[in-house]
Amino acid sequence: MDSQQNHSTSDAKGGKPSPEIPRRRFVNLILGGGLLTTFASALLPVIRFVIPPKVKEAVQNSVVAAKVGEIPLNTGKVFRFGSKPGILIRKETGEYIAFSAICTHLDCTVQYRADFKHIWCACHNGHFDLTGKNIAGPPPRPLEHYSVVISGEDIVVTKTA
Amino acid sequence: MRFPEQKLIVSLVFLATATVAFCQEQGPASQVNSCISCHLEIGDELAVPIEGMKGDVHATKGLSCADCHGGDPTAGLDGDSDAAMDPAKGYVGIPDRMKIPEFCGRCHSDPVYMRGFNPRAATDQLDRYKTSRHGQLLRKGDRKVATCTDCHGVHGIQNARDSRSSVYPLNIPETCGRCHADSEYMQPYDVATDQLDDYRKSVHGMALLERGDQAAPACNDCHGNHGASPPGAPSVAFICGQCHLNNSEMFLSSPHKTAFDELELPECEACHGNHAIEHPTDEMIGVGESSICLDCHEEGSKAYDTAALIHDQISGLKERMFYADSLVSQAERAGMEVSEALFQLKDADDALIKARTMVHSLSGDETSIITEEGLGLVEQAVLAGKSALEEIQFRRKGLAVSLLFILILALGVYLKIKELDQKHPIREVK
Amino acid sequence: MNTGAVRPKGQTENSDMNTSRSLAWLRERYDISGLELFFKKKEVPIHSHSLWYYFGGITLFFFVVQVITGIMLLLYYRPTAEAAFESVQFIMTEVRFGWLIRSIHSWSANLMVLAAFIHLFSVFFMRSYRRPRELTWISGVFLLLLSLGFGFSGYLLPWNELAFFATKVGTEIVAVVPFVGEFLLKFLRGGEEVTGATLTRFFGFHVAVLPMICTFLLAFHLLAVQKQGMSVPIAMENKPMRVMPFFPNFLMRDFLGWILALGVLVAIAALFPWELGVKADPFAPAPAGITPEWYFVFMFQTLKFIPAKIWFMEGEVLGVLAFAIAGVLLILVPFLDKKSNAGQPGKALSVIGVLVLVYIIVMTIISYVMPQTF
Repeated sequence: MDSQQNHSTSDAKGGKPSPEIPRRRFVNLILGGGLLTTFASALLPVIRFVIPPKVKEAVQNSVVAAKVGEIPLNTGKVFRFGSKPGILIRKETGEYIAFSAICTHLDCTVQYRADFKHIWCACHNGHFDLTGKNIAGPPPRPLEHYSVVISGEDIVVTKTA
Repeated sequence: MRFPEQKLIVSLVFLATATVAFCQEQGPASQVNSCISCHLEIGDELAVPIEGMKGDVHATKGLSCADCHGGDPTAGLDGDSDAAMDPAKGYVGIPDRMKIPEFCGRCHSDPVYMRGFNPRAATDQLDRYKTSRHGQLLRKGDRKVATCTDCHGVHGIQNARDSRSSVYPLNIPETCGRCHADSEYMQPYDVATDQLDDYRKSVHGMALLERGDQAAPACNDCHGNHGASPPGAPSVAFICGQCHLNNSEMFLSSPHKTAFDELELPECEACHGNHAIEHPTDEMIGVGESSICLDCHEEGSKAYDTAALIHDQISGLKERMFYADSLVSQAERAGMEVSEALFQLKDADDALIKARTMVHSLSGDETSIITEEGLGLVEQAVLAGKSALEEIQFRRKGLAVSLLFILILALGVYLKIKELDQKHPIREVK
Repeated sequence: MNTGAVRPKGQTENSDMNTSRSLAWLRERYDISGLELFFKKKEVPIHSHSLWYYFGGITLFFFVVQVITGIMLLLYYRPTAEAAFESVQFIMTEVRFGWLIRSIHSWSANLMVLAAFIHLFSVFFMRSYRRPRELTWISGVFLLLLSLGFGFSGYLLPWNELAFFATKVGTEIVAVVPFVGEFLLKFLRGGEEVTGATLTRFFGFHVAVLPMICTFLLAFHLLAVQKQGMSVPIAMENKPMRVMPFFPNFLMRDFLGWILALGVLVAIAALFPWELGVKADPFAPAPAGITPEWYFVFMFQTLKFIPAKIWFMEGEVLGVLAFAIAGVLLILVPFLDKKSNAGQPGKALSVIGVLVLVYIIVMTIISYVMPQTF
């Protein structure tokens, strides 16, 4: 860029334009523009790549399932654990518990039933108690248990296994 | 014939010694029990019960020979076997086959006595047995039917929760099959003998016997154990409903219930079969070749249309799910973020499963509520899948732009080379 | 300066003022007269085969791309069986432009191997390895082998189904090596089977062992090329020919080559985005369509064609042995080719070279045309 400026000033002073000069300018423009844009289009991805993404970890072992106070007593909330559902329950005592929300029978999503005070699967009427144990209906196994930690305003659910 | 006092005394004595006695046959402790010492001494056939009692649940709980067979094990120590096996002292010996249920029932029907071993122990086995086909025929003098020992064994009985027991869930089909799959043995009765083979192939048999899934029913879960008998037609839905609650409930309030009652059809079994129950398919409903509906319903009837409608709803949802799944997994393989869509597809799968259950209500309206809900989710997943795949196309365009920059640069360099070649000319060398 | 503005020649000096200023700055601090002289004096011959001179530089360009993108991928990659696939998925979905960096790394690897092969064959056919460039050739052959090692170890790292089974098949080959086969297999796999241990091992090879060796070899290779200059084909030796200054004329041409290489790389990465695949399941049966990277395919195809038993030896052993001998012969080419050292290109060697090239191409084509399992 600087050298081009030099040319224009020297041109004005010299007053004797050479046929080579516009051509040289054109070449320098193409070269400079090409360099700049190519460099920019290479650098942009590199910089954005290096900046850490929103999700910090490749293998997600924990997730913020809810905020403190979001879940009333004796209710539950189904949250997303990657592409799989989990269920966070606030017991009548105020204690939080969490399980995989995937029914062990046919993989339906389970829910908390305030009237039963335990976990229930609507697909085939499967029942699980608040330790995740299958207590009635077709589910053959207990629900996978997650651990719950309250960190500030966040209720963090972690896979124990 | 009960000897509670004597039993108590003997129990107390043996509680301390019996286990040791069984472990050390020739040890001094065996001297206390003349049953054991004599039977072992004579050997052969007579030693079999002694060997069998090792690990028997009764023995491990501290009971000895006399607790069941009576007699006086202390009396025979000097070799006087008659004193030990004195009928006056309650000696029974080998109980008659017809009397075995009562023989076992002396203790097992006594809630007070049983409570001492297990507060939750059932004591209704004998009463139930009397109501079973086995019990009824036994009373009529049929000596071939099963009594307690045929299923539980004699010496060497295990707790039913012990996996070595013949009545442990995984072993029950084989145990029942010992008689019921033996066509020769069952010949006098008008009963089929293919149940065990059928069961093994069934969805329940595969779950229990191949996967070891004890939530799956064995023979006794449908037929009862001590009170075993074929369930009557109107009970079937209740029995299956023990596990398949929703299906049973929907069936009971469906038009099929009254119709089946009138026709005396065995409810669930009418469509699904009994021992050979297979995994149901979506083709069972509808008007296709494998449809079961067509066994009763003719073309032109309302039921025929409903069957076709429900089938179309389910297969429509399935087809769309398949399409969405192929889109989403294509995007996933390509490395796109589709977890939200996968989550929706999982919920759609829930809807499909619910719709399949809903079939039992036989109402096209009710199934459609569920399938429509599922279709809504599927369409969202389809959109997500499509937009992920479009994103790949968009990226290509972005790269095409940068390719343009690269080409401009290449052109610039090319022109510069031309310029340089003038400045630093190519020369000839020798 | 102003006087110079009239003539085009003077113009150049004017525009290079910045350059000369920084050169003066450097000269003040370091003695760079040797380097300057070297750049001034170095010339590159121009002839009908000059095109081939660029492929070494293009290979180097792809290598640089590999180093940069490789280091970037290292920021997020995790070399364990549990997390490798997930971390690559993470790179492709969560990290911005991760899909691009990964696609570029994968494609650049392939293009690097391709460019290296072209470089090797052009050097071979021009007999550029002859005295005094024997060591340049040998280091070059080792660099090619290293690239294959990079390719083989890197292929497994995403821990997807295809890579897993290709590695399983690929490592099985070394087991047939007489005497040390078992040991080599265990050494490569980090155990009897391809497991997470293999992954960790391959990661170590890929990002530490191979780069370290590569750095030294490459430094030697480049230094030798710069010291000895470009080789001229025998037929043109000692005859009048045209030359151009290395700096800036040839370097600019090299630069153009790199830019075009970048263009090809970007175009391919755009047209065929590198897929993530399906996570490897060591206990699942091998899926259909398992192939090694294309540059290994001709060897696998050969092993398949060899009968199970030849004479008293096992076919596979014989095949592996033959490839090993071929490798040794390849390394020793400068010493075996007496004729070119004497100043005359031997016909026979060219014929052999063409045959080998045709063989590799035909075998590769066959393996892609014939549906099969490895």
